[in-house]
Amino acid sequence: MKKKITIVDYGSGNLLSAKQSFVKVVNLKSINAEIQISSDPRTLRESSHVVLPGQGAFKTCIDGILKISGMQDELNDFVKIKQRPFFGICVGMQLLAEISEENGIHKGFGWVKGKIKKLPSTKIKMPHMGWNKIKIINNHPLIRPEETDYYFVHSYYFDCLNNQDIVAETKYGINFASIVNKENVYGCQFHPEKSSTQGLNIIKDFINL
Amino acid sequence: MLKKRIIPCLDVKDGRVVKGINFIDLVDAGDPVEQAKFYSENGADEICFLDISASLEERDTMLSVLKKTAEEVFIPLTVGGGIKSIKNIKDSLMAGADKVSINSAAIKNPNIIKNASEHFGSQCIVVAIDVKKIGASWMVHSHGGTINTDIEALSWLEKTQKLGAGEILLTSMDRDGTKLGFDLDLLREANKILDIPVIASGGVGTKEHFYEGALIGQADALLAASVFHFNEISILEVKEFLKQNNIDVRI
Repeated sequence: MKKKITIVDYGSGNLLSAKQSFVKVVNLKSINAEIQISSDPRTLRESSHVVLPGQGAFKTCIDGILKISGMQDELNDFVKIKQRPFFGICVGMQLLAEISEENGIHKGFGWVKGKIKKLPSTKIKMPHMGWNKIKIINNHPLIRPEETDYYFVHSYYFDCLNNQDIVAETKYGINFASIVNKENVYGCQFHPEKSSTQGLNIIKDFINL
Repeated sequence: MLKKRIIPCLDVKDGRVVKGINFIDLVDAGDPVEQAKFYSENGADEICFLDISASLEERDTMLSVLKKTAEEVFIPLTVGGGIKSIKNIKDSLMAGADKVSINSAAIKNPNIIKNASEHFGSQCIVVAIDVKKIGASWMVHSHGGTINTDIEALSWLEKTQKLGAGEILLTSMDRDGTKLGFDLDLLREANKILDIPVIASGGVGTKEHFYEGALIGQADALLAASVFHFNEISILEVKEFLKQNNIDVRI
């Protein structure tokens, strides 16, 4: 069956890169799938996969979603009722948490237990920007990233409550979760769409879910 | 461990790559999309496009270069040159750029840094600074390095960081095109002030220069143009050399 992958547009920056990377993977691997960018919550009902990118501040992102009437309900329906594969990227991953401490306290979706906290910045530059290695913590049967460098840009990290929700971690001052997974919900702190072949491989694994 | 980044910079005019020696003589060195793709497949950690076009029509050409590049290249893309407004930044990001570098417009109106970083997030706002040593001080130059702004560079760095710059692209005009190596004193002084990443630019001619820039200059990323474009050194050679000398890079 043809896969319908929706990249949610809620006013957060560069969705084109995300789309291009999915298009590239689909073409390279001859996967029967269509990729669309949409800000219409109803498109989620027909989607097989949903991708939530995110850039900038947590509050701006969550407000962007709440501003679209019906979006949060459809996201909840997609993830919790239909239980279809959902992929958050960067701040999109951070939105999976229960709360964020970025500039105040803000509520996230709460699909993966934990908090978004500021990376400790003693003697290291902020944001954490550039290529850094991931280490697999819990092997996942279907998402099998290479233990190599991926492209990160962030100053906050996902402090996961349950260790088993962490697929991979990365060290920058402290060790933090760079890939999380809870049931049908997946998230990457780095940008797979900007992480060369190894990043495209993660996108491929997600599309194949 | 976070890796030191190697960034080839492509000066683009009329949709073609050119590189000036000390910003004046221009030599054609190819198609930007093909070059970006080549570099991305051969070890570049990011690609930087510098749009040196003058007219609005040419600016649209740059946006289409960005679009085509974003279809083929899956590493971060930065674009700079002539960015004057929030709209310019938005157009560039929507065309596929991940970061936008602002230079003269920030000097004219420093609040554009604040507005842009609040609007798009500081992670995509790079402030590019061209400096030249005059007497004992480094002075900021604008408009492709042609105008001395009388702004002292180190105080400008501090100010741009406060306003929300996510990264600094620091070019030494004294070194640019000379192949004498990065201005290590400038980089060291800048790093004393900055908590955000610094991209060193201007003067690289040998592998050793990259090493010095990373180790002594403490740059987070190293940018070069002609040494790569004219195949004098390959990015992979640079990275292997850095790795042999215990500088962490992505190979």
